Amino acid sequence: MTATSRLERVLNSGRFAVTAELNPPDSADPESVYERAIVLAEVCDGINATDASGAHVHMSSVGVCALLTRAGYEPVMQVSCRDRNRIAVQGDLLGAAAMGVRNVLCLTGDGVETGDHPDAKPVFDLDSVTLLKTARSMCEQSRFMSGRELDVPPRFFLGAAANPFVPPLEFRPHRLAKKVRAGADFIQTQFCFDVPLLQQFMQAVRDLGLAEKVFILAGVGPIRSARAGEWMRTNVPGVHIPDAVIARLNGVPTDRQAAEGKRLCVEIIQQVREIPGVSGVHVMAYRQEETVAEIIHEAGLLPRAGRGRRGREQTRRVVATSFHTR
Amino acid sequence: MLRLHGHPRLLESAYRCSRRMFLPFRRWMIPGSMVERVFVVLERTLKGVAFDCRMCGECVLHRAGMTCPMSCPKEMRNGPCGGVAPDGSCEVASETECVWLRAWERSREMRFHGNAILHVLPPLNHRLQDGSAWINEISGVAGQEPAGWAE
Repeated sequence: MTATSRLERVLNSGRFAVTAELNPPDSADPESVYERAIVLAEVCDGINATDASGAHVHMSSVGVCALLTRAGYEPVMQVSCRDRNRIAVQGDLLGAAAMGVRNVLCLTGDGVETGDHPDAKPVFDLDSVTLLKTARSMCEQSRFMSGRELDVPPRFFLGAAANPFVPPLEFRPHRLAKKVRAGADFIQTQFCFDVPLLQQFMQAVRDLGLAEKVFILAGVGPIRSARAGEWMRTNVPGVHIPDAVIARLNGVPTDRQAAEGKRLCVEIIQQVREIPGVSGVHVMAYRQEETVAEIIHEAGLLPRAGRGRRGREQTRRVVATSFHTR
Repeated sequence: MLRLHGHPRLLESAYRCSRRMFLPFRRWMIPGSMVERVFVVLERTLKGVAFDCRMCGECVLHRAGMTCPMSCPKEMRNGPCGGVAPDGSCEVASETECVWLRAWERSREMRFHGNAILHVLPPLNHRLQDGSAWINEISGVAGQEPAGWAE
């Protein structure tokens, strides 16, 4: 349990960190994970493996992380409270640590009603804050929630989410403070399309003295078209896209809207980089891993410190085996 | 009854008075007793009408702006999730407003327990469901931190 997370090292060294989201496949083939991971690995410091985001079933984050660590990649395992109670969640955390997962993002999770199984039973035994505190006590007190002792505790760099863009806006920085008190080391925010709102939020975060206690990565992503933007803001929970953004995309012909959306994302990265207290960006784009890599390149965030020769060799070996055994 | 919601200070005083009133009788306020049965009926009726009470048995009204967070579809007790729409509506039940919007506003009006909304609350003890929150609070079984959280 000695190896620390690369993401943690990058953030502690003061470098601007980049994480990216891997959209888990609807497939039982490990290759479908690796073909996406290969694109992202060279352009970021940590790959987020989502946990049935939007309450849609995909390959589990534990499964994706097992494949990623096996190939020498650095995953950020997302854990949501929607589908598992405290017994299952703690067991998964231990298993993940044993497989080499060092970063965990604690989430409440989207409601089942927003997904493809709206008739499912929502669990929500814990919430993001109590999950953080539980993971923290497993690491530091070496205990389960029940008080029972662990033989060997995990060592996690713990993260949480924040949404500075939706009401109650005034409460949002205080909710972040709660997550920091519960044990968060880093924060990844919801999509930022409204930089002034993020500036306002960060001002409050600095005033509460949180900027020194937690690393904040601003969530960013491209919008494929004005129509996709409209769809996102009505269908994706918690996404705020100002009218000006939609108008800007509508201002160019349909075939150039994707490029404009990408340019806008690059501009937002450059703007959030200037905000004091923002330590990195988290790039999300649904099933557009290549676009994510291009955005990170165009925003001038390359090269990322590599995983070293050993890591690359390990990747080649594992990925090649997986292709071979199909 | 529902109009009471607009008066968090009044509700907060009612909470404080009741607590002071019940404390001297704490030796009779035991979970599982006959007294609890009476309390359960009263709470179900009164808090049901006033707060849409779900009888979780661990009442946190005074820590959430005198607004019950259990009507949240995710039963969020530590603040709003990130799925609130920009207009303040709930991600799950889009026709209703997120309970935490009111909870936050009302907590700012409260005089004594307003800042309790900033504290980290432990997860629910599901064994207390359908019991009396008053009995659980006075006897000390409610709001206990999990043993593993102790530092």
